[in-house]
Amino acid sequence: MTPLVQVRDLARDYSMGRGAVHALRGVSFDVEQGEWVAIVGPSGCGKSTLLNLLGAVDTPAAGSLTIAGERIDQLSDGAATAFRLRRIGFVFQRFYLMPALSAAENVELPMAEARLPRDARQSRVQELLGYVGLAERAGHRPSQLSGGEQQRVAIARALANRPALLLADEPTGELDAATGLEMIDLFRRLNRDGTTIIVVTHDAQMAAAAGRRIQMRDGAIVHGASA
Amino acid sequence: MPFRLAFLALLRHPARTMLALLGIAVSAALLLDMVMLASGMRENFQGFLLIRGYQLRVAPKGTLPFDSEATMDSATMLIRNILRIPGVSAVSPVLGAQSQTRVRDSTVTAFTLGIDPAVQGDYELLRGQDITDSASLVVNDSWLALTQYRIGDSVSLAVGYDPQLRTVLGQRTVVVRGAARFFYTGASQPTVAILLPVLQGMGGSARRDRVSLLMVKAAPGADAEVVRSRIQQVSARVSAISLEGATAQVEQRLAYFRQLALVLGSISLAVGVLLVTTLITIGVNERAGEIAVLRAIGVAKRSIVWQVVTEGLVLSGLGALSGLAIGLVTAQWLERILADFPGMPATFRFFVFQPRDAGIALGMLAAAGVLAGIYPSWRAASLPIAGTLRREAVA
Repeated sequence: MTPLVQVRDLARDYSMGRGAVHALRGVSFDVEQGEWVAIVGPSGCGKSTLLNLLGAVDTPAAGSLTIAGERIDQLSDGAATAFRLRRIGFVFQRFYLMPALSAAENVELPMAEARLPRDARQSRVQELLGYVGLAERAGHRPSQLSGGEQQRVAIARALANRPALLLADEPTGELDAATGLEMIDLFRRLNRDGTTIIVVTHDAQMAAAAGRRIQMRDGAIVHGASA
Repeated sequence: MPFRLAFLALLRHPARTMLALLGIAVSAALLLDMVMLASGMRENFQGFLLIRGYQLRVAPKGTLPFDSEATMDSATMLIRNILRIPGVSAVSPVLGAQSQTRVRDSTVTAFTLGIDPAVQGDYELLRGQDITDSASLVVNDSWLALTQYRIGDSVSLAVGYDPQLRTVLGQRTVVVRGAARFFYTGASQPTVAILLPVLQGMGGSARRDRVSLLMVKAAPGADAEVVRSRIQQVSARVSAISLEGATAQVEQRLAYFRQLALVLGSISLAVGVLLVTTLITIGVNERAGEIAVLRAIGVAKRSIVWQVVTEGLVLSGLGALSGLAIGLVTAQWLERILADFPGMPATFRFFVFQPRDAGIALGMLAAAGVLAGIYPSWRAASLPIAGTLRREAVA
């Protein structure tokens, strides 16, 4: 069976003054459908750069990247945007909810952009907020929610268009220990229900909960490239 | 959703948005006033000349009506000849002069019109009776206020006053029959009217059978321009001026006003654009992280552009509507100031509200709102997603 994610010799450089920083140096690995992979490593090792490339918000200097059978390293800006909308779910460390919108509206946002009919959007919003345990908080603004609740809304938003892959960048980074554990439980449940997850984390418990760990250092994978 | 996000973005800083709206409203008001002034003077001038339906003016050659003290001789013959022209339905002769009335120890000087009451087009009677005989006088309220006379009083009217010799050419006693509003003289300027032959007779040989102006009415269906050229053929000593000709001459004289209005209107429009652009650019910079997140979760560039342009449109639209109200109020205020200028005809209006002009001004502002949103929307849509998110995370 073809892996959901195929990464081959992926490289990304940043120009810094006169020189260049090699953020990724020929990274290769696969992720199977339904897997939960944690990418770990010290700060500056290229984890977030890799996540950005996987999420089609950045383009590699070299190598190839295939997700759900689509070469995303060759997509135009418009095609990459459409790919992110329908195939990728993003969860950020700092939640990044729209402060002026309610929890329900934040979850509805990607579906509205995908032009889903209003009825379908609203029933999906209820379903997702119920899934993350926030059905009663649908009308609340982000400022009226705790950090854990905001992150759960962000996860519901990421799942709105039924993505093929959920990408999370330090999802417990802004949460206290107890809330972090709740978040790990939620990720566990998501994965059990079939969601493929790649998470970048410094959180040892989150990494331990994942099915596989990819260890990175200095822009390269040092352990866990293969399942 | 972009529309809702645009509204919410503007509501995030209500005080700042209100101040910007106020600024745009002032710009819109100025723009509207300038548009009203620029086109209003032209439109109003035509209506001003057509108050009594006389489309043509006949004045001494090379002059505009009452532009000088020049008069036309052989007026009776001239009027008869003009009345014979096909398409002419009425001719109203007018002779202008200064008259003096002694009031206790002072003299009130008034602009005096010799008219034919059957065809006159210079005033409308407000109170009392119109001119019926050679002893009748119709006056305006300014004259009544200065002289303290009332309708029914007999007064001594003199014309042709020589300040060196302290003599007058003619003098007679007349009765104030009525009070009127004169169309072509200032409300504060004392003005009176008497029968044309009486005024001609009081001016001695210098005014005998002379008129300053003939107002000519073309019959319904007649081409006023054809009538004008025929009048011109009747006498080489006169200038026949059509409504269009008079408007063109006045426009030439008012070109400075119109240019000034255009410049001020353009400046106010530019100020409005800069205001909206600045405010939205600040808002976009503040929301760079949010916009990068929207892009990251798959919101298209065009949606971001729509959102930002909508902010500009909402700001300029609301500002324009508020400006419409402010502009109408300030136009009335400026109109009152201009109406008090010496010699300004009471019926003349500088600012004329025309829905079409208001629509043009509002349309220009809406276009300016879109224009103002283009730069910040381009900035917002072009934000590098990964780099912006990284900067936000560090911040």
